[in-house]
Amino acid sequence: MKRDPNATLIKVRSLTKHFPVRLGAYGQHKATVYALDDVSFNIFRGETLGLVGESGCGKTTVGLSILQLHRPSRGEVWYEEIDLTKLKEADLRPLRQKLQIVFQDPYSTLNPRMTVGAAIAEPMSVHRRCEKQQIQERVERLMDDTGLPMRYGNRYPHEFSGGQRQRICIARALACDPEFIVCDEPVSALDVSIQAQISNLLKDLQEKYNLTYLFIAHDLAVVKYISSRIAVMYLGKLAELAPRDMLFEHPLHPYTQALLSAVPVPNPKEERSRQQALLEGDVPSSISPPKGCRFHPRCPLAFEPCSDAVPDWREVDNNHWIACHAVK
Amino acid sequence: MKLLLDVMDLKIRFRVRKGHIYAVNGVSFQVHKEETLGIVGESGCGKSVTMLSLLDLLPHSAEIESGTILFKGNDLRKLKSRELQKIRGAEIGMIFQDPMTSLNPVLNIGTQISEPLIYHKGMSKKDAFVRSGELMEMVRIPDGKSRIEDYPYQLSGGMRQRVLIAMAIACNPDLIIADEPTTALDVTIQSQIIALVKDLKKKLGTSIIWITHDLGVIAGLADRVAVIYAGYIVEQAKVDDIYDNPRHPYTLGLIKAVPSVKDSGDRRLETIGGVPPDLTIRPDYCPFLPRCSYAFDRCRLENPPLSKTLENVETEHYFACWFDVRKGKPR
Repeated sequence: MKRDPNATLIKVRSLTKHFPVRLGAYGQHKATVYALDDVSFNIFRGETLGLVGESGCGKTTVGLSILQLHRPSRGEVWYEEIDLTKLKEADLRPLRQKLQIVFQDPYSTLNPRMTVGAAIAEPMSVHRRCEKQQIQERVERLMDDTGLPMRYGNRYPHEFSGGQRQRICIARALACDPEFIVCDEPVSALDVSIQAQISNLLKDLQEKYNLTYLFIAHDLAVVKYISSRIAVMYLGKLAELAPRDMLFEHPLHPYTQALLSAVPVPNPKEERSRQQALLEGDVPSSISPPKGCRFHPRCPLAFEPCSDAVPDWREVDNNHWIACHAVK
Repeated sequence: MKLLLDVMDLKIRFRVRKGHIYAVNGVSFQVHKEETLGIVGESGCGKSVTMLSLLDLLPHSAEIESGTILFKGNDLRKLKSRELQKIRGAEIGMIFQDPMTSLNPVLNIGTQISEPLIYHKGMSKKDAFVRSGELMEMVRIPDGKSRIEDYPYQLSGGMRQRVLIAMAIACNPDLIIADEPTTALDVTIQSQIIALVKDLKKKLGTSIIWITHDLGVIAGLADRVAVIYAGYIVEQAKVDDIYDNPRHPYTLGLIKAVPSVKDSGDRRLETIGGVPPDLTIRPDYCPFLPRCSYAFDRCRLENPPLSKTLENVETEHYFACWFDVRKGKPR
């Protein structure tokens, strides 16, 4: 992978997002969902940072907060030399061309009354990037890039399968020459045989256009396949962040270890002989996260300080970050 | 091993405005006592429809065209709905995919687990409630006995799935049909549920049909695996044979298309080209033909039947393909 380790594209510092909610049948109780707490990391130019975690752990909130689709409660998001959190909506708009997103569900993210060609063209006309004539040419090129036959341009989304729709969404995200794309579970709604097609497509496009991805997923195998570095989240906090091979070969955080051992392997002999480190219990609610380390009630290594003190987010090795008291 | 369920040549179609959707096209399979059969396939391949039809749970737009479903020697299709109700839940239990919507939100857990016990076993309400508590402990809900008066909203997804498992095993059924029971759950919860089901199976000696799209889940769970594509079983064999020695191009593609955490991560995923099959026709050619890279003339003319090759007569390895992918030439 050709990347300069110093070329940071996105810098996230102490990113925090709390959602006020109302509970009870009549909404009489106020509460706060601590979706994201004090998360910091960098995304390098040209890399794919994988973000994994279980449902409700705040993965999507990270993606949306980086793009300012949620305004974070606290923290900074630097895109090159600009702090996005300080910008007004109108000032953000030109930057949105460079910062794009592909959502999970290709069925609900396309306008059913808009032809595919029009959907791909829309970002270009919104941002007034080129003349009508050129738009048509570009739409055709984008469709070609994403493996959609040109003649499909006049069709409507309902005529397409899930995989093809995801291709359309990717083409639309590419329309304004973005630098950074948040891929929010782009393959999890698709069948396995189609997942592989879309994963390969994303990899090819990255090479072709030198894109940077934040790849959010819950499937560790898919993340391993596509990412250069991987961050593991648990209940609104980052647990561990490391280069791909380091994370899979030497996971340090007990949660990462449990997560890796929970993934079933498509090999009957290995599956039968495998020793699993089963995690007890469930993920606590993010309305009342545990004090101290949020993982401590389920953690096999938990000891005294874990229930009071929040572990620091520290670099234990070159590029290997972790938040755990028990790991030295 | 004793035969428990024998499904023969099952065909099911759905009425739609423009004609029919052919969901199941002549599926035959068997389940023996204390065996786990894994059914693998992608969405819309007919795996759920097949299982729903066993218990007559299909929607009205569906129609079973032909086939016999022998359960312990009785043809379930010939039973009156009253008689079938005695089997449903008592001798065949079912676990559905989505634990969030499969429980009644206004009844407490104990009442819901009690229901099959009262209906099928004729237990009194009180006894059934006590038994429910025991079942809750059996499926390892922490503090199970004291939680039987909880309502579904008080339980997490993993807990709810445990409750559904408790309901399915309440009457000691001979067969449990599990329709993607872990798909809606997170991986750490999924591994808990799989460990639980394996354990219960050992204890109770139940046969299980486990439907899934995840080749990883089935690997450690099933004794035999059937792979379904476009409403046809395209390959059926012992679990090791399916993974070590896949004979149908679709199975082969499926295994290669699935990334594993054990891979180096640097290999390029092999893909199955093309798009999912068109189910509005029942083709007289091989249903996998449009996506198959091994296809030759014969595949266009005849739909291959599910059969063994001469060399693997003993291994019970069936596949529906005119091509021998291992030898690289037609069979």
